[in-house]
Amino acid sequence: MKILGSEITPYKTYLNRRKFIKGSLASAMLATVTSSAFANHDSDLSIYTKNLNENDKLNSYEEITTYNNFYEFGTHKKHPHLNSGNFKPRPWTIKIDGLVKKPQTFDLEKILSNVTIEDRVYRLRCVEAWSMVIPWQGFQLSELIKMAEPLSSAKYVQFVTVFRPEEMPGQQKRTIIWPYREGLRMDEAMNPLTILATGLYGHEMPNQNGAPIRLVVPWKYGFKSIKSIVEIRFLDTQPETSWETLAPWEYGFYANVNPNVNHPRWSQGTERRIGEFKRRETLMFNGYEEQVAHLYKDLDLTKFY
Amino acid sequence: MFSTRNFNRSKPVLFILILFPSLLWAYQFVTGNLGVNPIEKLMDELGLMALRLIIITLMITTLSNIRPLKSIVVLRRMIGLFAFYYVCLHFSTYIVLDHFLDMQFIIQDIIKRPFITFGFISFLFLIPLASTSTNNMIKRLGFKLWKKIHYLIYPVAILASMHFYVLVRADKTEPVIYMGIIILLLLHRIFKRLTRPQLVQ
Repeated sequence: MKILGSEITPYKTYLNRRKFIKGSLASAMLATVTSSAFANHDSDLSIYTKNLNENDKLNSYEEITTYNNFYEFGTHKKHPHLNSGNFKPRPWTIKIDGLVKKPQTFDLEKILSNVTIEDRVYRLRCVEAWSMVIPWQGFQLSELIKMAEPLSSAKYVQFVTVFRPEEMPGQQKRTIIWPYREGLRMDEAMNPLTILATGLYGHEMPNQNGAPIRLVVPWKYGFKSIKSIVEIRFLDTQPETSWETLAPWEYGFYANVNPNVNHPRWSQGTERRIGEFKRRETLMFNGYEEQVAHLYKDLDLTKFY
Repeated sequence: MFSTRNFNRSKPVLFILILFPSLLWAYQFVTGNLGVNPIEKLMDELGLMALRLIIITLMITTLSNIRPLKSIVVLRRMIGLFAFYYVCLHFSTYIVLDHFLDMQFIIQDIIKRPFITFGFISFLFLIPLASTSTNNMIKRLGFKLWKKIHYLIYPVAILASMHFYVLVRADKTEPVIYMGIIILLLLHRIFKRLTRPQLVQ
């Protein structure tokens, strides 16, 4: 499973790289404001491509940042890219509460100075049957959980997205119940594959992708990977999640990628990889079976979808 | 008062206007300018266009009740046939580009997924409408029977709007607006029928 492989980048180097990229991006933007401005955002792609599976190819920066489901900025795929310009991802804090030793609010910079930023190239499979391959930068969620010091009674982790209707025009309309909420079982949250991502393609997380910090759980449908997180709560019962609340017959709490459990709207047997013409087979747990199947050995996945 | 001639004269312009989007999308598709997920985009645009045209044909009938617009009805056949044209393109995009003629999968998809079932039945109902659209067919069937067949446009419109409604995940505003328009147009017809002066008796 090559895709798991990750390049460990010390935070300082990561920051430097980020600066360099920001600089080159800004000058490129001056020359021409088209998608080609992103073409050379990172001079050395091999950092990412060497972690790829044989059949996978990285999606382009343009694809990853112009085709998004982030209803806080509108329900159309192009809305997050078009409507997220006024969003201010800094300064940022994350509130930690619930079943923890001491509820507290962390400054994002403080969190980042205590963790190791890594490159993780993951497949992302949307419940709508499309997928991408994305080079994230981030750190394991388990690192933050250790900092939070949850009590032994904590069995679940809940995440909450920021609510700022003045900066997120999609929140001015009640399409779903704001703020967006998601959750994981503690063992899912502690799994080494689960990361909090702060960047992609080597620069800061774009607003439309969940700036400044978002969850990435690669073996679950994309809607589990909640964006722009402001609160993390530790609980002893399974938390409510946004899509499950809206349509429980369609979206479950687990939402594991599973080609054998159909969705009333989309067959989950196949998917369209963005940039490819023909559909491809969807893999069990999005291809991360080896790393996560053991978490569900006692669970009926057709019931707990 | 607009005459039949006025409306007939507008036909070539309307023809090009309604045909144009399909040519544009085909061109954009081939040249790779239809966004990041071009097959989805093409299918959505074609389907939406078809639904809008179906609603316009219903509107034309209602508008023709207004005296000065009586003759607008001469445009209905062309627009109805264009609706069928866009539905055919929409459906073949689904069959050919989306699923690569994987008929076993497609049949399963039509049976299992309610929104596809709605869309498919709506498409089936449109076939008799399109194939009886010529003057010759009206004569052969007789106006009464022909008219009965063409009542199929009501289930077509309702199913097509349901197809769209179920497809949308969260913000149902647009499909609800279309459904609302369809319901209003149908209510108007029912009202008209109930208040129609009785000729015989």
